[in-house]
Amino acid sequence: MIEFRSVTKRFGDGTLAVEDFSLTLPAHRTTVLVGSSGCGKTTLLRMINRMVEPTGGDVEIDGESVLGKDPVALRRSIGYVMQNSGLMPHFTVLDNVATVLRLIGTPKRAAHERARSLLETVGLDGALADRYPSQLSGGQQQRVGVARGLAADPNILLMDEPFGAVDPIVRADLQREMIRLQRDLDKTVVFVTHDIDEAFLLGDQVVILDTGARVVQVGSPSEIIENPADDFVAAFIGVDRGRRALHIKETARGRVVVDAEGRTQGALVEDGAIT
Amino acid sequence: MTWVLDNLDLVLSLAAVHLRQSAVAIVLGFLLALPLGWLAWRFRLLRGPLVLGTGLLYTIPSLALLILMPAALGYSAISETNLVAALVIYAVAILVRSVVDGLDSVDPAVRQAATAIGYGAARRFWTVELPLSGPVLLAGLRVAAVSTISLATVGILIGVTNLGYLFENGLQRRIVAEVLAGVTAVVVIALVVDLLLVLAGRVLMPWTRAGRGTGRTRARAALPVRTAA
Repeated sequence: MIEFRSVTKRFGDGTLAVEDFSLTLPAHRTTVLVGSSGCGKTTLLRMINRMVEPTGGDVEIDGESVLGKDPVALRRSIGYVMQNSGLMPHFTVLDNVATVLRLIGTPKRAAHERARSLLETVGLDGALADRYPSQLSGGQQQRVGVARGLAADPNILLMDEPFGAVDPIVRADLQREMIRLQRDLDKTVVFVTHDIDEAFLLGDQVVILDTGARVVQVGSPSEIIENPADDFVAAFIGVDRGRRALHIKETARGRVVVDAEGRTQGALVEDGAIT
Repeated sequence: MTWVLDNLDLVLSLAAVHLRQSAVAIVLGFLLALPLGWLAWRFRLLRGPLVLGTGLLYTIPSLALLILMPAALGYSAISETNLVAALVIYAVAILVRSVVDGLDSVDPAVRQAATAIGYGAARRFWTVELPLSGPVLLAGLRVAAVSTISLATVGILIGVTNLGYLFENGLQRRIVAEVLAGVTAVVVIALVVDLLLVLAGRVLMPWTRAGRGTGRTRARAALPVRTAA
C-alpha cells in the first residue's frame, strides 16, 4: 500500500506542481493517475521512489516513510518503466533486463537466467537477448523495459506513460499484455497516462487530476463513468460525446446502442437473454 | 633506401623509444583530463575556466614550455621527464574538452533512467556515463595521440633522443634519406596507433556498430553482399 499524506511539491523556480495531495493506493491493484500534461502526475509518481523530493507532507510505503530510506536502495526495490523505454543503449537486451539484479548483487549467471525467463514472460523471442536496444522496434523496447522493471520481483511497479510513444496497434498489444501480466503477477502498479481510455482499461482505481495535482475524482472506471463528479470529469472522459455518449435506438429486430455520431455499437441484451 | 637498411636497428630502437615516450604521455594525459573534464562538466562554474584554461595550454610554444617548466618545477631540462611532462600538458589541453563534450553527449533520459532504476552516482559514472562518452572520447584521444607522436620529436631540442634525432642528425650531416626515414617512421607510428585506437574502440564499444532497425532487415541487407563476394 502506498499513501500520499498532504504532499506538496514546489520546484526551485517557484512552480507549485503538487498542492496538498492525499491518496491511498491499495496493494496489488493498479492505480492510474490520469490528467493532461503538466498536471503533476509524473511528479507524484517520482515522489514514490524519491526521484523527486516532496517539499511538504510524506509518502509512505506499507506505513514506512520513503523519506527515511536510502534513495538508491529504495529505487532498486521498486520497478520503474518509462516512456521511450529508458534502456541502456550500450547494454544488450539481456544485460538491460538483468541490470537491477546485478545492482543488488545477484551473480551474473543467475541474473542472466532470470532475465531470459523474463523475456519470455513479456512475450519476447529469446533470440533478441544479444541485440542492442537500437536494433529493436519501439514496441519491443517497451517490452524489454517492462521486463527490466519486473526483474528483481519488486512489489511496486511505477509506470510513467510507458506506452505513450508507440503506435496505436502496438499500444493496444502492450496494454493487453499488461492486463495479462498483472493478472499473473499481482503487483501494486502506479500507472501514469494522459489517455483516459488507457486509464479505464488498465486501472482498478482511476485518479483524475487537474493542475497542481488536484484530485478531481477517484474511483473505479465504472464509478467514474456512471457518476462523473462534475462537468470537468464528464468532458474529460467524454461521456457527453463520441464513443461514450451512447443511447438506445429501437429497430425492427430489437434495441441497439448507438454512439453520438449515430454509429451502431452493439445490441442491447437483457440479462439472461443469451443462453 | 640503403641508408635505412644500413641503419635499420637505429631506426627501430629510436621508434621504440619514441612510442614509449608518446604512449606514457597519452595515458597520463588521459588520466589527468578525466577528473578535470568531469569537474568542468559537473560544476557549471568551473566549466568555462577549466575548458578555456586547459585549451589555452595548447597555445604555449613547445620550446618555451620545455624551458619554463623545469625552471618552475625544479627538474632537469635535459631529461625525458621534461619532454613527457610537456607532452602530457598538450594532451590534457586537447582531452579536457573531449571529456566534457563526451559527458555532454550522454542522453539525459538515459542518465535519468539509470538513476530511476537504482544506480548510485559513482557506479552510474563508471558504467553508464563514461562508456557512453566513449565515441567522443575516442575521437579526442585519436587527435591527442597523433599530435603527441608528432610533437614528441621536439625532444631532440633538449637532448632527449627519439625519432627526432634522425631529423637533427640528418639535417646536420645533409643525409636526406635519414630525415625522410625519421618523417616516415613518425607517420607510420601515428597511423598504427590511430588504427589500434579505432580497433580498441570497436572491441570496447560494440553497441556503436549495432545498426539501426531490426535484425531481420539487416540480415536481408547482408545477404546480397555475401553472395557478391
